[in-house]
Amino acid sequence: MNWIVENLWLIPALPLFAAGISALTKQKGRKLAASLAIGSMGISFLLALCAFAHVLALRSSGQATQQFFNFPWFQFGNDWLSLGWVLNPLTAVMLVMVTFVGLLIFIFSVGYMEHDENFTRFFCFLALFASAMLGVIISNSLLLLFMCWEIVGLTSYLLIGFWYFKPSAAAAAKKAFITTRIGDLPFFLGIVWLYSQTGTLLFYNNGAGALEPAAITHLLSQTTATGMCVATGIALLIFCGAIGKSGQFPLHVWLPDAMEGPTPVSALIHAATMVAAGVFLVARVYPLMSAHNGVAGVLTTSTALQAVTWIGAITALFGSLVAVAQFDIKRILAYSTVSQLGYMMMGLGVGGVAVGMFHLITHAFFKALLFLGAGSIIHGCSGEQDIRKMGGIRKLMPITFATYAIAMLALCGFPLFSGFWSKDEILHAAHHWNISQLPYYMGAFAALLTAFYMTRQVFYVFAGRSRLTQETTDASHTDPHAHAADHHHGSGAIHESPAVMTVPLALLSVFALLLGFFGTPAWPWFQSFLDDSPLAVNFGAFGEGGILPVMLISSLIVFLGLGLGWYFYGRRPIVSAEAPDAVGKLSPSIFTVLGHAFYFDALYAATFIRLNTLLSKISDWLDRWVWNGAVKTITSLVFGFAHLDNFLDTHVVNSGFDEGCEGVSLSGQVLSRLQAGRVQGYLKIVAGALIVFTILLLWKARA
Amino acid sequence: MTISFLLLAAITIIGTAAAMTLKNLVHCVLALSLGLVGLAALYMQLGAQFVGFTQILVYVGAVAILAAFAIMMTRSADPAVSHVVSSFRASGALIAILVFAVLAWATISGTSAQPILTAAPESSVGQVGAALMHRFVLPLEVIGLLLTAALIGAGILAMDEHRGNQNRGTR
Amino acid sequence: MSQLSGYLLLSAFLFSIGLAGALTRRNAILVLIGIELMLNAANLNFIAFWRYGPHPEALTGVMFAIFSISVAAAEAAVGLSIILAVYRHSRTTDLDKLNSMKG
Repeated sequence: MNWIVENLWLIPALPLFAAGISALTKQKGRKLAASLAIGSMGISFLLALCAFAHVLALRSSGQATQQFFNFPWFQFGNDWLSLGWVLNPLTAVMLVMVTFVGLLIFIFSVGYMEHDENFTRFFCFLALFASAMLGVIISNSLLLLFMCWEIVGLTSYLLIGFWYFKPSAAAAAKKAFITTRIGDLPFFLGIVWLYSQTGTLLFYNNGAGALEPAAITHLLSQTTATGMCVATGIALLIFCGAIGKSGQFPLHVWLPDAMEGPTPVSALIHAATMVAAGVFLVARVYPLMSAHNGVAGVLTTSTALQAVTWIGAITALFGSLVAVAQFDIKRILAYSTVSQLGYMMMGLGVGGVAVGMFHLITHAFFKALLFLGAGSIIHGCSGEQDIRKMGGIRKLMPITFATYAIAMLALCGFPLFSGFWSKDEILHAAHHWNISQLPYYMGAFAALLTAFYMTRQVFYVFAGRSRLTQETTDASHTDPHAHAADHHHGSGAIHESPAVMTVPLALLSVFALLLGFFGTPAWPWFQSFLDDSPLAVNFGAFGEGGILPVMLISSLIVFLGLGLGWYFYGRRPIVSAEAPDAVGKLSPSIFTVLGHAFYFDALYAATFIRLNTLLSKISDWLDRWVWNGAVKTITSLVFGFAHLDNFLDTHVVNSGFDEGCEGVSLSGQVLSRLQAGRVQGYLKIVAGALIVFTILLLWKARA
Repeated sequence: MTISFLLLAAITIIGTAAAMTLKNLVHCVLALSLGLVGLAALYMQLGAQFVGFTQILVYVGAVAILAAFAIMMTRSADPAVSHVVSSFRASGALIAILVFAVLAWATISGTSAQPILTAAPESSVGQVGAALMHRFVLPLEVIGLLLTAALIGAGILAMDEHRGNQNRGTR
Repeated sequence: MSQLSGYLLLSAFLFSIGLAGALTRRNAILVLIGIELMLNAANLNFIAFWRYGPHPEALTGVMFAIFSISVAAAEAAVGLSIILAVYRHSRTTDLDKLNSMKG
């Protein structure tokens, strides 16, 4: 057992430690908090590199590249519940990516949050978030993963609602938290089900883990009442968690709203880590996802993976359609993230772990770069986020422009950029999928739209003349959307951001440019690293299996998208901020529908949320009158009519006085008898519950 | 069902019941002490000497004295001895009786958990100490921390935040 | 009826006495004492189950009782000082009068 495997826990523990210290630091301890967070993240990054090197060394010496370390946590009955961590290529790659991107975002935040008075709290949350995310990555137990997963959810809530004094930020935080919770409930049920079936939650444990062949075979042999395979059921439940966390259709609604948080948070949550957690989860439990009862040798795809593919394809198309009609620079990126996450899911479904994960890694770099670039632009434009009011920033912010352009081309899948290789691989796998060709066409269309809306955004933001009038600059002081951090920048002049912000941008852009070359068809190092298969340089691979045509087609699609974008937005410079959108003029009604993201929020508000409000009203009513009343009535009936009389009396008096305005205060008093503020009354209800539960238990024991 | 058990149980029940029903609060505390001593004797009869002595030290020695002090410090303002029990009396007593009924029912009907009659187990102070220092050392530390926090917290809570408060209160 | 049942019945009775006191007495100190009695009933259960259980050599019941007594002591100290603080604030320990948390 290697040193790094045994001490893998240090990687999440260091940021956690930093978060703990900065939580205790006073508001003025800005330097301490920032240097602790960045320092701990730096050390974690070095440790992650060690882990990565260790896996590489194992691989080159021909040993198994998977090592794990389990330890018992506590005992219940005769079973020990064990936790542990695992080091395999998937973990190593994710660790390096998260720590590196996280580190750059931390450094960027020093510049971005410079003027925020809650700087210390921000770094505390950031470090806690990074720690939880790293915990998700290393854990070898579904339970540990779930615990870290929930901390990730909590910190994302805290970070999105960081500017909690803005009602929209508070609402967005709540929305993100509750929406992901909806996905987590099935996830937890899946965990419980898995435990009841296999008796373990460890992934790998020398043949006894839940992801190892013995357990998978056992799961496949069981069927539920409806005839569905237990493995499929559990996989679908776990996938629900991934849907919530990764903003997949239909739980995507929280992700665009989450843009209310500070921009580095958007970069950290939307690019590198949190949304990737869902994709990572599917990749981690891939043996379970792909388990099927098919005959050996015949190519079949499990039901769970089909679900993953379809959800992914729908999300990819949906996200890119909506992104076309957005005007907020960060919302465009958010919907773009939704769409790219759909791509990753689709890649996992049609092509396996390596295909999806490769896109995850490349996407993490260029999307983090896009978000940080957007942050730099917003910072430079004094908090303006509407792309119609920007323009002409190219000359004023050259470094930002250059890095943004690289990231944008990578996202579009421009040939030779990193996004090209990873996206192409997904399309290629989708093309050869044995179930249906439809996901391929959906993905290709989404790629066209991606190139189109990114071109639109870049032309709006960077080309032409600045439309940021003095008026809007002043307005940004009162504009509720203007970020608090940027209030101090009311000077009006657009300026390039300081080095602490541009250096991370430059570093990220190098990776956005070059990372793709680790996974080209000719030299699929990344894929073979994840799949643990032999690697060879083979330029002939381009010609095999129809790769070249798919590549040509996708390149054509990209050029078509870029060309369309130029045709609509680049040909004539956009002069006025009030001018209608060029595409919007073609079909205003469709454009409006897209602009409102197909009215999903309104749909949810009209259905689920209304239903929920109704339910809560009913339970409130039941609580107030039925349950409370029942307890009171039973006790009163037996022991004296005086009590009952009193209750009825006040009840009648209440409804009588409710009519008249002088009775308002009295009725309040009467109502509050139920919440009388009397400790003993509450205690009595608890004791009543004890009686009921004991009777129930005894009843069940008898039956 | 030995004589000694019945005797001790009777002492405990009489003491605690008196503690919950007497009118004079100081008498209540005295009766409580009696009941707790009976309980401690029951522990010792069950073979848990250490727990029995801890019970006497902590409850009779500390908690009861603390309660007595608290009563004396707060007594002046409560002249209404006639209303010892709250207006909730009837329903509260009914609920308590119901709780006893279901618990007793559970005990008597619970045939599945017949005790294994073993010889009185050894639990010398030495063994308890060894267990505390080995298997239960972490909980022990946590309890230490908790007690320290409770000590400080109780001190702060009971402290007069403002010297003038007392005067203002009586005025 | 076995010996264990005797102890369990006694414990149930203690618990009910404590509950009755906590529910009916007006003085906050006596309510606290009632709660302590309920805790003591639980302790008696621990000890009885330890004595008549299958693994008395493990001392788990004894340990539980000791820790429970410590927690109860901390609870009593904090509870009584809260009562003192409340008393200082409102000049009464009568729970019927202490209903400012009323909704």
